Amino acid sequence: MIQGKRSSRRQFLADSARTASGVALLALGLGFYAKQVQSLPATAIRPPGAGGEKDFLSSCVRCGLCVRDCPYDTLKLSQPGDAFAVGTPYFEARTIPCEMCEDIPCVKACPTNALDKSLDNIDDARMGLAVLLDQENCLNFQGLRCDVCYRVCPLIDKAISLDLQHNRRSGKHTLFIPVVHSDFCTGCGKCEQACVLEEAAIKVLPTHLAKGQLGKHYRLGWEEKRKAGGSLVTPDEQHKYNLPEGMDYDYEGQGLIKEKKDNVPFSSNPLDSLNRNAEQR
Amino acid sequence: MKLSRRNFIKSNAIAATAAAAGVTIPGIKTAIAKTNSKIRWDKAPCRFCGTGCSVLVGTKDGRVVATQGDPDAPVNRGLNCIKGYFLSKIMYGKDRLTKPLLRMSNGKYDKNGSFTEISWDQAFDVMAEKWKEALKKKGPTSVGMFGSGQWTVWEGYAASKLFKAGFRSNNLDPNARHCMASAVGAFMRGFGSDEPMGCYDDLEHADAFVLWGANMAEMHPILWSRLSDTRLTKEGSEVHVLSTFEHRCFDLADNGMIFVPQTDLAILNYIANYIIQNKAYNQKFIDKNVNFTKTVTDIGYGLRPEHPLEKKKTGTGGKLTKISFDEYAMSVSKYTLEYTAELSGVPKENLLRLAKLYADPDKKISSYWTMGFNQHTRGVWANGLLYNVHLLMGKISEPGNSPFSLTGQPSACGTAREVGTFAHRLPADLVVKNKAHRDFSEKVWQLPEGTIPAKPGYHAVLQNRMLKDGKLNAYWVMCNNNMQAAPNMNEEGLPGYRNPENFIVVSDPYPTVTAQAADLILPTAMWTEKEGAYGNAERRTQFWREQVSAPGESKSDLWQLVEFSKRFKVEEVWPAELIAKKPEYKGKTLFDILYRNGEVDKYPKQTVTDSDGNTYGNHEMEDFGFYLQKGLYEEYRIFGIKGPKKGHDLGEFDTYHKVRGLRWPVVNGKETLWRYREGYDPFVKKGEGVQFYGKPDGKANIIFAPFEPAAESPDGVYDLWLSTGRVLEHWHSGSMTRRVPELYRAFPDAVMFMHPNDAKKRGLRRGMTAKVSSRRGDITLRVETRGRNRTPEGLVFIPWFDAGRLVNKLTLDATDPLSKETDYKKCAVKVEKA
Repeated sequence: MIQGKRSSRRQFLADSARTASGVALLALGLGFYAKQVQSLPATAIRPPGAGGEKDFLSSCVRCGLCVRDCPYDTLKLSQPGDAFAVGTPYFEARTIPCEMCEDIPCVKACPTNALDKSLDNIDDARMGLAVLLDQENCLNFQGLRCDVCYRVCPLIDKAISLDLQHNRRSGKHTLFIPVVHSDFCTGCGKCEQACVLEEAAIKVLPTHLAKGQLGKHYRLGWEEKRKAGGSLVTPDEQHKYNLPEGMDYDYEGQGLIKEKKDNVPFSSNPLDSLNRNAEQR
Repeated sequence: MKLSRRNFIKSNAIAATAAAAGVTIPGIKTAIAKTNSKIRWDKAPCRFCGTGCSVLVGTKDGRVVATQGDPDAPVNRGLNCIKGYFLSKIMYGKDRLTKPLLRMSNGKYDKNGSFTEISWDQAFDVMAEKWKEALKKKGPTSVGMFGSGQWTVWEGYAASKLFKAGFRSNNLDPNARHCMASAVGAFMRGFGSDEPMGCYDDLEHADAFVLWGANMAEMHPILWSRLSDTRLTKEGSEVHVLSTFEHRCFDLADNGMIFVPQTDLAILNYIANYIIQNKAYNQKFIDKNVNFTKTVTDIGYGLRPEHPLEKKKTGTGGKLTKISFDEYAMSVSKYTLEYTAELSGVPKENLLRLAKLYADPDKKISSYWTMGFNQHTRGVWANGLLYNVHLLMGKISEPGNSPFSLTGQPSACGTAREVGTFAHRLPADLVVKNKAHRDFSEKVWQLPEGTIPAKPGYHAVLQNRMLKDGKLNAYWVMCNNNMQAAPNMNEEGLPGYRNPENFIVVSDPYPTVTAQAADLILPTAMWTEKEGAYGNAERRTQFWREQVSAPGESKSDLWQLVEFSKRFKVEEVWPAELIAKKPEYKGKTLFDILYRNGEVDKYPKQTVTDSDGNTYGNHEMEDFGFYLQKGLYEEYRIFGIKGPKKGHDLGEFDTYHKVRGLRWPVVNGKETLWRYREGYDPFVKKGEGVQFYGKPDGKANIIFAPFEPAAESPDGVYDLWLSTGRVLEHWHSGSMTRRVPELYRAFPDAVMFMHPNDAKKRGLRRGMTAKVSSRRGDITLRVETRGRNRTPEGLVFIPWFDAGRLVNKLTLDATDPLSKETDYKKCAVKVEKA
């Protein structure tokens, strides 16, 4: 208890000092606490265009203009007692998420480029990354039709899509599995805010916490093919097979198939239909 | 032994460990058993849409504390949508009404007074006084009721008896009029019998699905889950989606089509034309099972008679004229691919693909529609034009081949339609206009001949007009929120309710927009606070028992209707010559005649139990002294079994408390999955094949109807189409779902879905507040250019659940002149910066 109190008091002093000078001047003896205040809790999300935490802290002058100009009261300034740099802007997705204003007023208001002025399309913001953390309690994983996170997503079908899977338990329903795509997720937090569970199953986390990384020695073949717009090596030859009459073989998935009938009920020659008399049907 | 939650978890954990170690620890097992036994589980259908998912309701200490999807229910197999997930919270909104409230000044009723708590006795006193005054002054047509597709079966039945027989007024109409009256009209015209021939099992048996104005992904989430599963698991299956804007179903669509509003009429005729041009039709089926007809055209738009559009019309009504196949072929021949693509804005290749699909004899097709077809000034036509396509191909009444009208309310079918709470109907497909039908009803109800008036009463939209015009003066709104739901509220609804000549009673659990406009509010029990029965879209009737008591002095709709009937001596409501035909009724009350008639009161007071020996309350049985629900149901069942229209048989009352619903007709305990086909339908004899026995000659009608424009289209000033509808998170007017905090948070307020270019042109950006106005009113709300619905340029979509943004201030009260159902999907608005 005493430890916690002392810590917050000293932290407050440290942060006040920095706010007063407007630059991050750290006394040697405060180094330990400075390190502590630089680590942002996972639930606190920085405004659009904030970039890396270190760079952001070094250029944010704690002026609060971004908070003032946020039309939805999303952004707040950290207070003495918060576990990170006092006077810096952040938001908590579960309380008020970022509404992704087209004109990005918070970035416009920033006097120092701590919020990157080159961000002119809010879709390019990367405040964090949504992660569906709790698959045991997410209703959609159980086959229920919630998908609230998906429908509130401003980049629906891009940042969150539904992956349809057969529900083997019920036998005749679909599991609509929400999948977040980091290529598009801005970390706005609408999904976390709207999650109907008592504790959200989907949460926005700082990207470095949220994202895994594929080994540099490996590529996903189909992804590379898609990116390249075709095979990376000489395309496969047309195969030929020994097959009985009326059979076909599709090596790309269907395997052995009976030759399909034309899927229209009439011949390609209109005369066949026109000359056919009614009784024949 | 008292167990805190902590202790309970602990002892569970200890028990688990002990069990793993093979030891029993005394005391712990009994503790767990005791805690679990405190929750009593029983089944009930979901309170919301027409899908009819079943849930298990967990009750503890007189309160519903939890629900779970019923794993044994055939419809949903344990699943729910997000509204169903929150069922246990809908009854516990902070502002439940618990006492009757009357507008009063100085201790007396005053139309301009403030709502004041009164007793039930006082409430019925003032109500009865107003009813008697109206009856005396202007007769039975001056009293009326607006009921509900959310009523239980017996509530609808009790209301029908009270109004059509008791007060001798056919001014009884349900909110289902806004919802599927057009579907009903087309069923009757096409097949002579209401409700779908198929069932939900078509979802697994079809090869292809076509959605015509149905956003199943949001509005029928569990059925969509089944449809999606078939699309996923059945090779070669496909999904075609038609709408006036892009919604969530387009995600799964193999062929998604956005058409110009109203041109669905042309697209449907094009498909018929394609089938005929390519001689793909099923000649044998047509010859045996179909009559070709055409309907009267240019029939107006159901507006007030003095409206210029009504003066311009040249035709009236829906009379059918027989035509030959060749005449029919000639009529649809105008709808070529080129013409239809041009008119509808749908690319030719998409239309062609759709037409080919219907024309392929090897593809089983299920077509689904909801409000896109029904809320349409040519709704009956649109429904019929789709039946034409299915009938031409013979793709009907068999597994997978199904034109299927989805319903939006939990008992639009079970109550509004089957019980016949419409202004023109009686139970089991009977109608007031038909003398034989009235005779039969009067016989079952033990009434003198001539009790039920022959003239249809005021339908939903007409009720509001008649209120405004002062012709309907004593009016009861029950189990719906029609001030928010009805069209053109500024010009029709509100002036009608607040007309000083009228007395408006609203029964509701919550202070809705409608309640606010009332003179008397009656606090009402909801859902499992009473014993009930609902009928879903696939003809499945499902029962539930009363699980908990309603808060305060709330009473069920059923109790209110029956109790109110005690206030009327027959002499006060019937003319002397009618009473003279049944002199034994002299001096009796409507309660005695309608509900204490030897049938309804046949089943004595008893304890309601389940197979586990749990007992349940039944407040109505307690108060009236007999098993009211059972008596009403068993009397109602006579209409289906012995009535003039065959094929409406229901099972016995007690059966339904055991089963997870049965699909009617139920004959010898067996349910019917597909109607009109030999082998599946017990009313089709061996060797008959297909028999549409609702029609005297057993043949269905193919009905030609042309494309005709909408009542109001965008012009230079009001330059955008407005379409209204729902979102998954909220049900109808949101009076229940907006009181669930999680659902409110998920979709708090209505927004206007708009194309980004349309927004830009008006200086608007996403998130800004805009003013939307029509010729009838305006509202302000936020612009949404992203998200779940993508509108094309020229059209905006606004959901109607939000009591704070009443979109029905904008809508036009144009209706289908045949079904009297409002077109909520088309009117003209303009949008500007607020």
